Amino acid sequence: MSSRPNSIFSAPRWLIIGVVVMVLLAFAPPIIEALDQAFWLDVFTRMLILSIAAASLNLILGFGGMVSFGHAAFLGIGAYAVGIPAYYDEYSGFLHILLAVACAALYALITGAISLRTKGVHFIMITMAFGQMMFYGFVSLEEYGGDDGLIIYERSNFGDLIDMYDDTTFYYVCLVSLAVVLFIVHRLVNSRFGMVVKGSKSNERRMGALGFPTYRYRLTAYVISGAICGYAGALLGNFTEFISPEMMDWTRSGELIFMVVLGGTATIFGPVYGVLAFLVIEEILSAITTYWHLIFGLLLVLVVLFVQGGIAGLLRRWFSKKKEAV
Amino acid sequence: MDASLVITQLLNGMQLGVLLFLVCAGLTLVFGIMDFINLAHGSFYMIGAYMCGTVTMITDSFLIGVLLGIPLTLAVGYLTELTVVRRLYQRDHLDHVLATFGLILIFDTGVHLIWGAGGMAIPLPQWLDSQIRPAEDIVIPTYRVAIIVVGLAVAGGLYYVVTKTRVGMLIRAGASNRTMVEALGVDIKKLFTLVFAAGAAIAGVAGMMISPITEASIGMGNEIIIVAFVVIIIGGIGSIKGAFVGALIVGLIDTLGRSYLDQFLKLFMGAENAETAAPAISAMLVYILMAIVLAVRPQGLFPPKVR
Amino acid sequence: MALMEVRDLNKSFGGVHATSHVSLDVAEGELHAIIGPNGAGKTTLISQLSGEMLPDSGEILFAGRNITNHPMHARSHMGLARSFQITSVFQDMTMLENVALAIQAHQGHSFRFWKPTAKDSSLFEPAMEYLAQVGLKDKANSLANAVSHGEHRQLEIAMALATDPKLLLLDEPMAGMGQEESSRMVEILNKFKGSKTMLLIEHDMDAVFALADRISVLVYGAIIATDTPDAIRSNEEVKRAYLGEEAA
Repeated sequence: MSSRPNSIFSAPRWLIIGVVVMVLLAFAPPIIEALDQAFWLDVFTRMLILSIAAASLNLILGFGGMVSFGHAAFLGIGAYAVGIPAYYDEYSGFLHILLAVACAALYALITGAISLRTKGVHFIMITMAFGQMMFYGFVSLEEYGGDDGLIIYERSNFGDLIDMYDDTTFYYVCLVSLAVVLFIVHRLVNSRFGMVVKGSKSNERRMGALGFPTYRYRLTAYVISGAICGYAGALLGNFTEFISPEMMDWTRSGELIFMVVLGGTATIFGPVYGVLAFLVIEEILSAITTYWHLIFGLLLVLVVLFVQGGIAGLLRRWFSKKKEAV
Repeated sequence: MDASLVITQLLNGMQLGVLLFLVCAGLTLVFGIMDFINLAHGSFYMIGAYMCGTVTMITDSFLIGVLLGIPLTLAVGYLTELTVVRRLYQRDHLDHVLATFGLILIFDTGVHLIWGAGGMAIPLPQWLDSQIRPAEDIVIPTYRVAIIVVGLAVAGGLYYVVTKTRVGMLIRAGASNRTMVEALGVDIKKLFTLVFAAGAAIAGVAGMMISPITEASIGMGNEIIIVAFVVIIIGGIGSIKGAFVGALIVGLIDTLGRSYLDQFLKLFMGAENAETAAPAISAMLVYILMAIVLAVRPQGLFPPKVR
Repeated sequence: MALMEVRDLNKSFGGVHATSHVSLDVAEGELHAIIGPNGAGKTTLISQLSGEMLPDSGEILFAGRNITNHPMHARSHMGLARSFQITSVFQDMTMLENVALAIQAHQGHSFRFWKPTAKDSSLFEPAMEYLAQVGLKDKANSLANAVSHGEHRQLEIAMALATDPKLLLLDEPMAGMGQEESSRMVEILNKFKGSKTMLLIEHDMDAVFALADRISVLVYGAIIATDTPDAIRSNEEVKRAYLGEEAA
C-alpha cells in the first residue's frame, strides 16, 4: 500500500503535467526572442504575476471554501507598497517587498477578522465591500495621484543581485516566485494546517465536533493568502510601472475568481492554467472585436452553466476516459 | 454651518437613500426567497436609465419615458431569469457570482454596442426643472423632492404588497420556509420569476430617476451595486425593512460625511491634516460603518427570521 | 461516580418543551441507551450534551466538571465525542484522511504548516488501527463519497473513537440501515462495550435491548423511566407511553 492518500488533491499525474508546463514556461524567453515577438514576453510576465495572485486566492477559495471577492485589493496594496516609497525616492526592493507583504497581511488580518465571523453570501459581499473601500480610499488620496494613478519612475532596486530592468531577468524572477508560491501552497494544503482548512470547507460543523476551533485556522489561511497576493502586487507594480486604484476595482477581483475557477479550484496548478487560458482568450477575442467583453461574458456564463471543475476538471475527465479505454 | 446648506445636504442624503433602497429592494428579496446573489442587479439600474432615456428622446416626454421604461426593464429582468438565473438556483454561491459577473459583462457591452460608449444625457421636463423656496434663504430643486416622494411612494407600495397581499404573504413565507410554500401548492418557479423581474424593474426606476441628474452611463450599475450590498449587509440580508433603514443610514452618512467630515476632523487635528484625511475617510465611511455593524451584529440590524 | 451527570435540564422552542426537567447519569464503563418515540426530543438532548445547543436551564457535569456552557470544541477536548444522526463526514477526503483528521484534533494545535500529513506516521498508523477496529481497513484509501451508507456510519464511529473519548455520544448509529448492516454495527459496538462509556440514542429496539446496560425512556422531552433492559421491558408506564403505542 502506498502511504500517499489517493484523494483528488494529490494525483501524481497532475504534478507531472504541472511541472512540464512550468519547464515549458522556463523556455519561453529564448523562444520568444528567437521569434522576435517581444510583446509576448510581456503577456507571459503578466500571466506569471497573475498566476501568483490566483494561486493565493485558490488557497482560500479552492481549498478553504472562502469566496473572497476582494482579492484585487491585496494586489493594489502590494503595488502601492512599491509606488508610495518610490514617490519619496525610496527604491530599496527589499523594503518594497517587506512593506507589500506586511501591509497586505495586516489588511487581511483586520478585514478577515470581521468577515470570517460570517459565512456564505455574507462573506462574499463583505470581502467585496472591503475591497471597494480600499478602491475609494486610494481614489481620494490626491497626494498619490487619486484616480489618475501614480507613475513609478524607477523599479525596485535589489543592488547587484537582480536587475529588474532586464525583461528576461524580470521574467525569471516572476517564474521562480510562482514556483516557490506553488510549492508553498502545495506544502500548506497537505500539512496539518491544510487538513484543517480543507476540513472546514468540507464540513465545518463536524470540525467543531472533532474539537477544532476553525475560525483561527481560517483567519490564518486568509492572512497567508493576502500576504502572498501582496507580494504579487509588488511584482505587478514593478511590471506596469504605473499603479492606479483601478487595479483594485471589484471587477478585477471577479476576474481573479474567474481565473481560479476556469483553471480548476483546489488544484495546485489550476490557477496557472486558468490565468493562461484567460489571457489567451482575452488576447484573441480583443483582436477580433472591440466588443469582445460580450463574448467573454457569454463564455463565462456558459462555463459556469455547463463546465464543471474548470480546465483541470476537463483534463481530468479526459484522462480518466482514456484510462478507461485502456 | 449655514442652515440652507444643511437642509440641501440632508435632502441629498435622503435622495441617495431612497434610490439605494429601490436598488436594494429587489436584491434583498431575491436573496431572501431564492438564496440567490445577483451581482448583475446593478445592470437593471443602468438598463432602466437607458430605456427611459431612449423613450424620452423619441417621445420627447420624460414621463412617458419612465412609464414605458418600467415594463421594458421588467422584460429584460424576466428574460434574464428565464434564460440564465433560473438554472442557477440549485448551484452554490460561487457559481452565482461568476455567472452574474458574466451577465454584467454582457449587459455593459450590450449597452455599449447599442447606445455607444458615451453617456446619455436626459433632459429634465420643464415642470420638474424648478425650485422650491420654503424660506427666504432656502432653495430646493423640485426634482430632488420628486425623487424622494416617488422613492417613498414605491417603498410604501412595496411595504403594502409584502405585508398585506397574498403574493406578499407567499414571498415572506418563501423567505422563511421554501418547502412550506411548495407544499401549499404554489408554483414556486412563477413566484421566483415574478419577484426577480419586479426587483429588476424597481432597480430600473432608480436608474430612471437619477439619469436626468447624472446622465445614463455604462458602469453606473457597477458603482451602486457595491453600496447596495453594504446597505443590505447593514440592514440584514433578506429583510425589506432592513434594506429601507440601511439605505437611509448609508445615504445620509455618505452625503453628510463628504460635506462635513473635514470640519468635524478639524476639532481633533490641524486644518491641513484634516483636509487631507477627510476625503479619504469620507470615501470609506460607509464601509467602516459596515465593519462596525458587523463586528457588533454579524447578521445585520434586522436579520430575517431563521429559515 | 458517574462520568456524566445531567441535572434538571430544560430547553424549549417557542412554547414547546423539547427537553423538560431531564436528569440522567451515565456511569463509567456502561452503555446507556436513550429511547423514545419520534419527536421525543432525543436529538435536542444530545445536541445539548455535545454543546451544539445550550440549555435554557439546568446543569451538565462531565468528569466532575461543570461543562454546561462550554463550546463544542472544548467539550471535545475534554473527552466527549459525538457521532451524527445524519452522516457528517468529510466527503471529499479519503476514509483514512477522515480518521486522521479526528486524531489530529487531539494532538495539540494544528498550526503546523510544512510537514505533509501523508508522511506523518503518528497520524496514519493509529488512523489505520481505528479503521481496522470498525472493519473498514480495506476502504482506507477510498474517498468518503464513494462508500455505502453503512460504511459511512462505521466511519463515523471510527472518527468518534479516534478522538480517544471518555464518553461516546452515539446519535442513531443504525439510522437508515438494513438488517445486515445493523447487526454488523451491533457487533462493532459490542466490541467496545465495557472499555468505552457510551450514550446511545437509537430507534432500532432489537439493537438497544441487545446492547444496553441501562435504558432511559424519553417521552415528550421528559424521562419517564431509567432501568435495566428487562425492567424497562416490563415497565407498565413505558409500555403505555411507548411500546404500546408502537404495538397499536
